[in-house]
Amino acid sequence: MGYKTTIGLEVHVELKTESKVFCGCSTAFGQEPNTQVCPVCLGLPGALPVLNKKALEYIIAVGLALNCEINEDTKFDRKNYHYPDLPKAYQISQYDKPVAKNGYLDIEVDGKIRRIGITRVHLEEDTGKAIHGEDGSYLDFNRSGVPLIEIVSEPDLESPEEARLYLNKLKNIIAYTGVSDVKMEEGSLRCDANISLRPEGTEEYGNVVEVKNMNSFRSVKKALEYEEIRQAELLDMGQEIVRETRHWQETEGYTFSSRSKEEAHDYRYFPEPDLVPMSISKEQIERIRESMPELPDQKKERFVSSYGLPVYDAEVLTESKELASLFEDIVASFNQPKKVSNWLMGEVLRLLKDGGQELADMPLKSEDIVELLKLVDNDTISNSAGKVVFEEMFKTGKKAMVVIEEKGLKQISDKEELVALVRDVLNKNEGQVNDYHNGKEKLFGFFVGQVMKISKGKANPGLVNEILTEELNRLK
Amino acid sequence: MIYAKTAHELHQLLIKGEISSKEVVSAVLERIDGVETDINAYITINEEALAQAERADRMIRDGKATPLTGIPVAVKDNMSTKGIRTTCASNMLKDYVPPYNATAVEKLIEAGAIIIGKTNLDEFAMGSSCENSAFKQTKNPWDLSKVPGGSSGGSAAAVAAGEAIMALGSDTGGSIRQPAAFTGVVGLKPTYGRVSRYGLVAFASSLDQIGPFARDVEDAANLLSVISGHDPLDSTSIPGKESDFSLDGASVKGLRVGIPKEFMTEGLDPVIRDAINRAAQLLEDEGASVKECSLPHSEYALSAYYIIAPAEASSNLARFDGVRYGLRVSGDNHTDMFIRSRQEGFGPEVKRRIMLGTYALSAGYYDAYYKKALQVRNLIKQDFDHVFADFDVILSPTTPSVAFGLGEKVDDPLSMYLSDVYTIPVNMAGLPGLSLPFGFNNGLPIGVQLIGGLWQERKLLQVGKVLEQATGYVPVVPERGDR
Repeated sequence: MGYKTTIGLEVHVELKTESKVFCGCSTAFGQEPNTQVCPVCLGLPGALPVLNKKALEYIIAVGLALNCEINEDTKFDRKNYHYPDLPKAYQISQYDKPVAKNGYLDIEVDGKIRRIGITRVHLEEDTGKAIHGEDGSYLDFNRSGVPLIEIVSEPDLESPEEARLYLNKLKNIIAYTGVSDVKMEEGSLRCDANISLRPEGTEEYGNVVEVKNMNSFRSVKKALEYEEIRQAELLDMGQEIVRETRHWQETEGYTFSSRSKEEAHDYRYFPEPDLVPMSISKEQIERIRESMPELPDQKKERFVSSYGLPVYDAEVLTESKELASLFEDIVASFNQPKKVSNWLMGEVLRLLKDGGQELADMPLKSEDIVELLKLVDNDTISNSAGKVVFEEMFKTGKKAMVVIEEKGLKQISDKEELVALVRDVLNKNEGQVNDYHNGKEKLFGFFVGQVMKISKGKANPGLVNEILTEELNRLK
Repeated sequence: MIYAKTAHELHQLLIKGEISSKEVVSAVLERIDGVETDINAYITINEEALAQAERADRMIRDGKATPLTGIPVAVKDNMSTKGIRTTCASNMLKDYVPPYNATAVEKLIEAGAIIIGKTNLDEFAMGSSCENSAFKQTKNPWDLSKVPGGSSGGSAAAVAAGEAIMALGSDTGGSIRQPAAFTGVVGLKPTYGRVSRYGLVAFASSLDQIGPFARDVEDAANLLSVISGHDPLDSTSIPGKESDFSLDGASVKGLRVGIPKEFMTEGLDPVIRDAINRAAQLLEDEGASVKECSLPHSEYALSAYYIIAPAEASSNLARFDGVRYGLRVSGDNHTDMFIRSRQEGFGPEVKRRIMLGTYALSAGYYDAYYKKALQVRNLIKQDFDHVFADFDVILSPTTPSVAFGLGEKVDDPLSMYLSDVYTIPVNMAGLPGLSLPFGFNNGLPIGVQLIGGLWQERKLLQVGKVLEQATGYVPVVPERGDR
């Protein structure tokens, strides 16, 4: 039987405010355990939370970027549960009045736009971290109280691939707003998924399974693919899907049951009495809207309309804020957008991918790339030499001219020098010259190749063509 | 006797150089030595008190004295004191020494007051008699067979017995006013948001408020002005409110006083009813008009309170799990450790309220209990709004009876809860309430309560001052043989 898949995602994103959401402690990552703590984030008796205004601004920006309504009246609630890493035994979160709700983002699936609903975006505090050692378990509360936003999607996603596309887009949009590093490896972005299957042609959703513990977008996709198959097999056998939480086992590639949803926690939410309800003014929302940076979709459209780039190029270039701004910086000094785009999409992305690096790791500045592009453009070096030079620049951070000198790659564009090279080749290959004149015209390529060989690739290929034609004609 | 004087009397002597803070503190410490074995007001005496007195004496010499400089003030043991253990009268926090001061404590220290010690209370401020303390039974200084009230019974008894000149308490449903009435001292529960709760170990966050105990109204006013004011560390403390509670020119001419008819019914001890009527007569004699008023929903206040307060408490007390501080009883795993620690750490009344509150917030019960209670709370607020449209202050009993006997209500929680029936509505509405000593019955003090609109503490204190003057009130400390 065929089944339709329904997926909804819950994504947690850490905001990169300087201080925590309810106290003044630093949020810096990777510090000595329990060095960034105070009575508030340790939950000492009597300590009280005070909202970090910046965190509220940040979540409003995310809400706006995701086309949400901003709740002008919003409040915090307590989510009560016991766990060693939760110092107050409740998490300050939001229950019925999230900061933002009813938004969406668009993803492109097989060339078509699919609009995925965003149910809500709310603000809460992160927990501490348990560290399990051989001699016992330890707790680090540096992370306790770091601001988190939870972004809940509608169950609008219909395949694991759509889930991956949604995550990519969401990450990209949030990165553009600048409020988070959105790094899944560092835990600043975390994702849980809800998935259900129903027989094709029916309307009622199947029992929902929650999948946790995925540590990359790829593993989200793999876990959901696994679940699709597992659930379809059970349904095929006429079995019911158990509503439960399952953990993804990354190395072995399967999910296992960790908690039945029937025995789910009763979090006993109630309004947080230590924080007063907030009203967010229209003026504040507008102020944040006006100061918002251009978002990926807007930028993509602009790249097409003002630079004349193909949609595909615009899409790739705007997928990261850094790449898009590198593109614009280069084009500002070297106004051939398509050439720049080719270079970035070809060389830069390839080298980054090969080295498993990010753009920020590249030691080159935009003016270094501009210099290289100009040298190729004015035939100082050939296009193919350019690629060799760029690779060296990328690896060492050296300037283009330095690499060219070191490698002796400067292109020979001196006509007399090239004429001498061409004549030399023709003299040494009289037989082929005769064959050429007798109609074997494809030998032209052979002559070009010989010239390039003895010039060690430095001969300007355009000029070589020109001179070769002239010289062959002369010998006819 | 130095320990029997008020703070404003001592202040005059201190700034004139007729006495030193060190002498005041020594006198109070001696008094503690003499009577504490009977009274049991304190859980911890501050060993730094004399050193603090030396600092206060320097402040006085340097001309930097405030009305509280050099004055021994007792602090209820549910307020965080840096370096001094803060137990909440619970085995759970028996050895907990906080690394920070509550804002109210910090303000006392800045004003040069001496933290003389930490006073006994009902465990986590849950109770009305100090019988729920895990450590000791505080007794009423006027009659050692009676309770001092609660939960701030230690603070009230300390001030009444001359073991402190003034004290801080906290009031969630009457925990300052009821023990003030039982021990014959002045107790004020300020408007919610007047005094920072930062560092007050939370019982019910939306109701808790720190306030002063003193032997007369002037001292209460001075202590309130030191501890009040906006605190950026407490989001529920309100900025921009006056902190001047000066009593100069106190008068009740033209003051409209209401007596809630619902408070003057069957359950009220006739001796207290008589006291209210006497107070009403005095106020009329001084130029006020006194009429009956109505708080029709007050009869539901107690029930709603016993939903809201335990609900918040169940969450506030969840952090005591043995992980980071306080009692830890080992278990097979962390859940087992939580359970064992809480089993051993909490007393029966605390457990009762945690269970009540957990139940009230549970899925499926929230609407019927917690949400309903919040609706009742709104109706109670509206009742007061209506009354304060026609009246300036409310005059009422503080308690239905004078201090009851030790052990008398300990097995009957409901009857114990009823001793806060006149004070609870005030917390539910966030209003200020002042309990004043108003005579004795068979050697036990009687208290009357003045309730004001939001931020009307100064008016309450001024009316209190007029009543003190009209009765020729002189603070007394019970005779008790020093041993």
